[in-house]
Amino acid sequence: MPEGIFCKRAPLTTEEEVKHLLSDKGGKQYYAEMENLEVDVDMLRKDLEETCKSRTRTWLEVCAHCGMCAESCFLYTANNNDPKQIPSYKIQHTLGELIRRKGNVDTKFMIHCMDVAWSQCTTCNRCSMYCPYGIDTGVMMSYLRGLLFKQGFVPWELKIGSGMHRVYGAQMDVTSEDFVDTCEWMVEENEEQWPGLEIPIDKEDADIMYVINAREVKHYPNDLAEAAILFHIAGENWTMPSVGWDSTSLTMYAGDWEGCKMNVERIYDAVKRLRPKTIVATECGHAFRATTIEGPYWAGLESGEAPVRFMHYVEWVAEALKSGKLKIDPEKRIKTPITLQDSCNYIRNYGLSEATRTIMSYIATDFHEMENNREHNYCCGGGGGFNGIGRYRTERNIGLKPKLQQIQATGCNLVVAPCHNCWDAIRDMKEVYEEEAKDLEWSFIKPLLLQMVIVPDHLKPQEDAE
Amino acid sequence: MLNLLYGPFLYIAVAVFVIGMIVRVVLYINGLSQKLDRIAYKPKMGIGLKGAFHSIIKWMIPGGTRAWRINPFMTAVFFMFHIGMVLLPFFLLQHAVVIEYMFGISLPALPGALADILSVVALLGFFGLVYRRFAVPAAKALTTKQDWLVLALAGLPLITGIMFRFSTSGYEFWEFAHILTAEIFLIAAPFTKLSHIVLFFMTRAQIGMDYAIKRGGQNRGPAFPW
Ligand code: HEM
Ligand code: SF4
Ligand code: SF4
Ligand code: SF4
Repeated sequence: MPEGIFCKRAPLTTEEEVKHLLSDKGGKQYYAEMENLEVDVDMLRKDLEETCKSRTRTWLEVCAHCGMCAESCFLYTANNNDPKQIPSYKIQHTLGELIRRKGNVDTKFMIHCMDVAWSQCTTCNRCSMYCPYGIDTGVMMSYLRGLLFKQGFVPWELKIGSGMHRVYGAQMDVTSEDFVDTCEWMVEENEEQWPGLEIPIDKEDADIMYVINAREVKHYPNDLAEAAILFHIAGENWTMPSVGWDSTSLTMYAGDWEGCKMNVERIYDAVKRLRPKTIVATECGHAFRATTIEGPYWAGLESGEAPVRFMHYVEWVAEALKSGKLKIDPEKRIKTPITLQDSCNYIRNYGLSEATRTIMSYIATDFHEMENNREHNYCCGGGGGFNGIGRYRTERNIGLKPKLQQIQATGCNLVVAPCHNCWDAIRDMKEVYEEEAKDLEWSFIKPLLLQMVIVPDHLKPQEDAE
Repeated sequence: MLNLLYGPFLYIAVAVFVIGMIVRVVLYINGLSQKLDRIAYKPKMGIGLKGAFHSIIKWMIPGGTRAWRINPFMTAVFFMFHIGMVLLPFFLLQHAVVIEYMFGISLPALPGALADILSVVALLGFFGLVYRRFAVPAAKALTTKQDWLVLALAGLPLITGIMFRFSTSGYEFWEFAHILTAEIFLIAAPFTKLSHIVLFFMTRAQIGMDYAIKRGGQNRGPAFPW
């Protein structure tokens, strides 16, 4: 039996297909059918020949099996130094084996690869810093995910996520109308307290075009309101596009490269249409990576650069604080011990560690670094799609431990997590490790800023207006 | 037999080594692709090369990177072994003589006492690397037969060379064994993990370029905090 009714090789491209697969709650039947999904060996061999070149092949070949990468991987330490969790082991026994067998593998092997690629690696890239050859297992795992996706071996949630992006232009079933409605709703909710507040949609030639994570619309609309209020206070000339507003990319987690290209082009098209001077992308790590770091390559831009400057939200905040666009009331700064989660996606992989530290210096008086910080920080435990996959819940929960210990070692109860995924992981820590994490608090930057920013008089509601 | 080993076989071995290594480098560079690797190698060559340089240099200094600093035993034995293995083949007096005689290239020679020290230190380093493969759980778990082969290929010329140098009797045997194993090493290198002798510089340059060009060089500068 090659394909089932839920588990098929092709990506989801219509709303019907997405809804159909969603109806298989938790993917029970989907995974059952996967056990019979045939491997297209010819396609796999061809893909390997055409896309697996010297960088990857050399990495796999020269690996000295020295084990220096072992302790760099939080999943190795979290799993009591299980040898099967050494980065080199993980990649040699999956992608390495695939290449040695020239793609001639069976369904069971592909499912094994899927389990490793999505539950034993968050593509955080930390191991690349500890290998004498600079072998980046995270990059290879991501490549492996692409091969698996094309063959239909992908976790249920990510198959759906990739479909959502293709169908709705967002990672969730939020249409352009839903988005615009939510913006209007948020303005209405807040305009009494913030006269003149707007979320300008599709304004041309603005200084900033703001892009977000779809879940802010669907589950956390307040985040959107907070962003609007902060732009309002800072006096920014900004806008959001009605199409191309979601910068996330479950397609990237899924290894759906075609979908990745569609996603990022949707945003670059909005840039072309609205001609903003810069883009600011919300407090999300992978969305930034997808639009700014990998995006230009998916879109085929020769320069390797996005069409205009993309700023992560932390960069915008750091600059706004330094330039005085946002002013902090020193009395209201956070005085309790506070620490910071460095998101792999824009710290290790985009070098923004100074921006977040600038922010901390403005908003807190008792900031503590984690022991492994900046580029050397560990993944939160839930990256690369790990947080969202039911099949790997147990593994993910184990993966949360190192971060919890890292946070606790700082002696802080409050951790700033300017990344949706990290934020979720820390929230889940509280649930999973109730006892140990009972005092843990966590936050994005926006709500903290709103507690302490000085509001210029002319923006305050006129209480006794005639 | 010794004549053959000193004569045609040595030329063949050196030729296989040199040409093989050049081919490995050329194939490596040819196989890099802006599109597949998603790195703008050419458009951003400038910052890329700076990142590459930094990425190589830092790893060639003991303690130059965090990974070296947190693994002091590995660092010690790695450098003890490698310093000798890189210097001795060229600058040991006896080697320099052979090289001058056969290839007409004259190289400066290390003082004899220093060469002796380097070779003994390298031997200790070698045993350290072997010991690690038994004693360090992660290394032990990863080790395959090939790793032992590579260690043997690299270790035998060293061990036999030391025996040749220090043995008081039977040194004809050690001379023979040393030259034979060295030639096997040279011939095998391009086709085994020993190709890392050149590919190390390639993979390190590549990852340095990656981080400098694409993954943050524009914000943190070309020097990645390895
Ligand atoms: C400049 C030249 C060289 C560089 C940069 C270099 C670098 C490295 C690196 C990064 C490793 C992996 C870490 C490790 O396992 O120790 C390694 C391993 C090794 N290298 Fe080299 N190498 C060089 C030359 C050589 C030479 C000339 C030899 C042999 C004569 C050699 C023999 C070995 C061996 C046997 C290993 C495996 C060690 C083990 O089993 O742990 N290398 N080298
Ligand atoms: S550190 Fe690098 S060379 Fe050593 S085992 Fe890990 S991937 Fe292989
Ligand atoms: S990329 Fe991160 S999670 Fe994946 S193997 Fe390397 S260190 Fe582990
Ligand atoms: S979720 Fe956060 S910490 Fe984890 S891999 Fe992604 S960015 Fe890194």
